[in-house]
Amino acid sequence: MTALSTRAKLGVVAASAVLLGSVAAGYAATAAEPARTPPPTSGDQAVTLDPGARLLAITDRHVSTVATADPAGPRTVSGLECLRVYAAAGTGVCLKPETAWSYQVVVLDSALRQQRAVSVPGLPNRARVSASGRMVSWTTFVGGDSYTSSGFSTRTGILDTTTGVTVSSLEEFAITRDGRSYRSPDVNFWGVTFTADDNRFYATMSTGGKRYLVRGDVAARSVETLKENVECPSLSPDGTRVAFKEAIDADPAKGWRLSVLDLATMRVTATAETSSVDDQAAWLDGGTLAYTLRQDDGQPDVWTVPADGSGTPKLTIPGAESPSPLT
Amino acid sequence: MYLSTVSRPVTDPPEVGPRRRRMAMVSGNVVALGTVSLITDISAEMVAAVLPLYLVLGLQLSPVAFGVLDGVHTGATALLRVVGGYAADRFRRRKLIAGIGYTLSAVAKLGLLLAGRSVPAIGAVIAVDRLGKGVRSAPRDALITLSTPPEALGRAFGVHRAMDSVGAFLGPLAAFAVLLVVGESYDAVFVTSFCVAALAVVVLVLFVRERPAGAPTDGPDDPKVSVREAFGLLRSRPTRRIVLAAALLGLATIGDGFVYLLLQRRAELDLHWFPLLAVGTSLAYLLLAAPLGVLADRIGRLPVVIGGYSALGAAYLLLAGPVDGWPLIALTLALYGAFYAATDGVLIALAGPVLPARLRTTGIALVQTGQALAYLVSSVLFGLAWQAWGPGNAIRVAAVAVAGVLVVTLLLLATPSRLVTRKVPR
Repeated sequence: MTALSTRAKLGVVAASAVLLGSVAAGYAATAAEPARTPPPTSGDQAVTLDPGARLLAITDRHVSTVATADPAGPRTVSGLECLRVYAAAGTGVCLKPETAWSYQVVVLDSALRQQRAVSVPGLPNRARVSASGRMVSWTTFVGGDSYTSSGFSTRTGILDTTTGVTVSSLEEFAITRDGRSYRSPDVNFWGVTFTADDNRFYATMSTGGKRYLVRGDVAARSVETLKENVECPSLSPDGTRVAFKEAIDADPAKGWRLSVLDLATMRVTATAETSSVDDQAAWLDGGTLAYTLRQDDGQPDVWTVPADGSGTPKLTIPGAESPSPLT
Repeated sequence: MYLSTVSRPVTDPPEVGPRRRRMAMVSGNVVALGTVSLITDISAEMVAAVLPLYLVLGLQLSPVAFGVLDGVHTGATALLRVVGGYAADRFRRRKLIAGIGYTLSAVAKLGLLLAGRSVPAIGAVIAVDRLGKGVRSAPRDALITLSTPPEALGRAFGVHRAMDSVGAFLGPLAAFAVLLVVGESYDAVFVTSFCVAALAVVVLVLFVRERPAGAPTDGPDDPKVSVREAFGLLRSRPTRRIVLAAALLGLATIGDGFVYLLLQRRAELDLHWFPLLAVGTSLAYLLLAAPLGVLADRIGRLPVVIGGYSALGAAYLLLAGPVDGWPLIALTLALYGAFYAATDGVLIALAGPVLPARLRTTGIALVQTGQALAYLVSSVLFGLAWQAWGPGNAIRVAAVAVAGVLVVTLLLLATPSRLVTRKVPR
């Protein structure tokens, strides 16, 4: 090595650069995806969010609907690109890419027309609309908050579509933990689900390595903890039960069990779904939960399971994610 | 101006004219190491920029799953850093150990492709990457001290750290360029990042010299460094003092995340701008590293390190003070960047000559490890202080802690006057 002259060394570096450059360029050329075109629409009708016997879901990043009676059957796919979608009473919410690095929360009317858009930092994760269609909520993951440890934190926002009042982060709310006022820089919220009064809500709060079910009040700008190890709550249509993912042995590393909490008795019932469910489940009716599961290659499918612990999970919408009933 | 040397990393130019001579005061080996760091940092920051996107959008992993990957490796990395430092000293193969570190990190980039959606596999790959980073820093810094006359160490580290941060700046841009070309194939970013890292290893192999001309030669007859001798390092008073001072420096630092979070709250900065806060600090660091290194050689390293602490304390006070808005952001980031520029490389420049050449890598690894572990402790403590007293009081307490550390550091390091003056024993 020492025999090489400086000129020869520079030659070797240049040759290596060219070689490595071609490897990178060659790989990039084969990896480059063709420009994404909106999938063709099947059926005569466009996608609408009007209440009806259809299920809303995302197919290949586009908003689509299927008939509740035949969810694996013909699918209507719109040109609207979203990573998460949810709808109720003719109001929709869509977490949509804005640039390569940023996302928008878009409020939709029943014809998928944009009513309002809020730019949000971070990567989209959860989206919900209250049963009346008035309140909208979203969660994104933000990387920069814990810059040095490369950990994530979450941002959860709420928008009142009637007044336009926006809570950009639930971390502004006053926290009561186990009956005492609480504050900590590591508090994170995610997965909001609204009650019928369009003011109170349930959500997940994490702090100090634990995750809690919290009940919140938008008008009072406060939250209080109710129970430990209850993540991504989803309130049943009658408001008596919360579907959620329960970390096995309270350790998220072991996966999650899709379960249902009875709010009156605080009793937890595990569903028949034994695969780890990392999703905020949606109630299709008073007795059925829908959720996304991913295959080994990351392809999503929508599954359903009875909420009372009976029955077996059923593959419902193949190749789709982010399910929502159209109520 | 020092960055101009990047374009010709190897030549030791004949001394023609005063300008040339000045640049020649940074040795070819330092510029070569700086070039390796620059290229490696492009590669590392490319991946850092897209990793969250890849994990959350590409793999649809939950962030909690990602959080599980994080944080458990720090202790093991710290220990292996010292072991690697000792191995480099024992076999007098600092370049080899540094090269292994750079290679491990390069291979980890390809590992991301193979890990797929498996959380344990991704965790292992990230661990290998960090291990590589841990193993290489001490031998690299030892090589810098061994290829630089003691009176020019500040400048050498300044130039090295400035080059390093240029790479950190270019990395995200490179990642963005790749994504622009290939769409959402994060694979392509990882492969490109691997190729960039591999090029850095080539430059290291060809241009970095284990024993630069004029370096203290440990003759072939010298006995090998023993474990006992390595432990004896901590028995020497100057070494103990410098390791202790480094740990204190770590304790006084509350963590970038907290600083940016406080700044964002105080300045009511829109969250979209949040990632740019780190960019602002890096910019100040990049611009100030070389000048402050030169200043350290002129007026002494200890005063510059003390100045760095003072800048840190001032930044903390600003976060609790009356200034608001953009002036607050600009001032805080400038002070925070100045703090890093005045302490990061300069501290090693201060430590280098105190450590015996035979055990320099081990010693530098001890200094870096002490600092890193203390930093972890301080972040936890600051989190607790925030919880107990609220952010405003917590940062005031942190400022007081900095003042305390400042005094103790002065007591620790100022007594042996040879630390301050340029007459440093080898």
